[in-house]
Amino acid sequence: MSFDESHGSPKRSSMRTPLGRVRNLGAAHSGTSDFWRQRITGVAMTLLMIPVLVIIMMLLGRNQVGAAQILSSIPVAVILLLFIFASAWHMKIGMQVVIEDYVHNEKLKLVSIMLNNFFSVAVALASTYAILKLSSGV
Amino acid sequence: MVEFALPKNSKISGGKTWPKPPGATELREFRVYRWNPDDGKNPSVDTYYVDTNDCGPMVLDGLIWIKNHIDPSLTFRRSCREGVCGSCAMNIDGQNTLACTRSMHDVKDGAVKINPLPHQPVVKDLVPDLTNFYAQYASVEPWLKTTSPTPQKEWRQSHEDREKLDGLYECILCACCSTSCPSYWWNSERYLGPAALLQANRWVSDSRDEATGERLDNLEDPFRLYRCHTIMNCAKACPKGLNPAEAIAELKLKMVERQV
Repeated sequence: MSFDESHGSPKRSSMRTPLGRVRNLGAAHSGTSDFWRQRITGVAMTLLMIPVLVIIMMLLGRNQVGAAQILSSIPVAVILLLFIFASAWHMKIGMQVVIEDYVHNEKLKLVSIMLNNFFSVAVALASTYAILKLSSGV
Repeated sequence: MVEFALPKNSKISGGKTWPKPPGATELREFRVYRWNPDDGKNPSVDTYYVDTNDCGPMVLDGLIWIKNHIDPSLTFRRSCREGVCGSCAMNIDGQNTLACTRSMHDVKDGAVKINPLPHQPVVKDLVPDLTNFYAQYASVEPWLKTTSPTPQKEWRQSHEDREKLDGLYECILCACCSTSCPSYWWNSERYLGPAALLQANRWVSDSRDEATGERLDNLEDPFRLYRCHTIMNCAKACPKGLNPAEAIAELKLKMVERQV
């Protein structure tokens, strides 16, 4: 039929049945963990936002020695570490959702998701290292 | 990447302006999407003038008037003309709705602009190809599934459990919600869309059904269910006043409930 060729996507003109196409490879039986973790990290970031802002304001205008002094407090360091952990995880899941939404080329999608994982882990580790270094006064 | 622009052969070119009906005193301008699979041309938007003194108040009445009095080749689906069958779903003045329940007088600012449901293949004029949409509905297996021996009379249900189906069973599968959803536009091959998911929740919520876990298993997928980002276009579009976004949120809640 001509409408399939001109207006339908090429996939729809294959000879597979519509139900076969919808069922495709079956359900992945996953996604709930990411959905739940995105909510947990979102709530965590909301709760941590005010203490983190207070800490940032305390750090404003101080030199490295002053910053290290503030960060040597265990609660301050822990709050910052929790915030980094929650936001990096949230960022990773959120970006993956955007990639899955818009990138349809399978290879490009896999590479993008891989890079997103690398980037999020690198940001989290670098920030953790910086906080630990300052708080331990090394 | 996702296609943000229309394909070359779907770009809309200028259409024909049909002559005003002679002797009419009150006219309403209709701008209607036209595409014919047989002439090899791109889609166009034709302009018609409807004599509102000679036709009913709904947009569907206007379309039928055009078909009867001006252009018999204008193609659209319609059946019940009272918001029950879902056949005449189309995009009217930028909103997916049923032509039979939308008054042309509620469309402000000049012409009544009518397009087929967005992001679906077009069969002809205002008729979209909903094959994938119906297959997605079939994939949620919308029937009662039980393993217990069939009772002598009916499967019994309390009044409270029956009430849980309110807001779900009324769906007429017109596809207004699914075709208004950007997640469905980008991933309609893998995302089931609001209509099929609302129907899935209708069976998941049915106290008589014995396949709830199996149904949730079939939905638990980053694409089938979790493409919904709760932007609520579905609830805004639904001509029956249902809230598919809420039904999807209930499904997600049940997914979490059985894990946490």
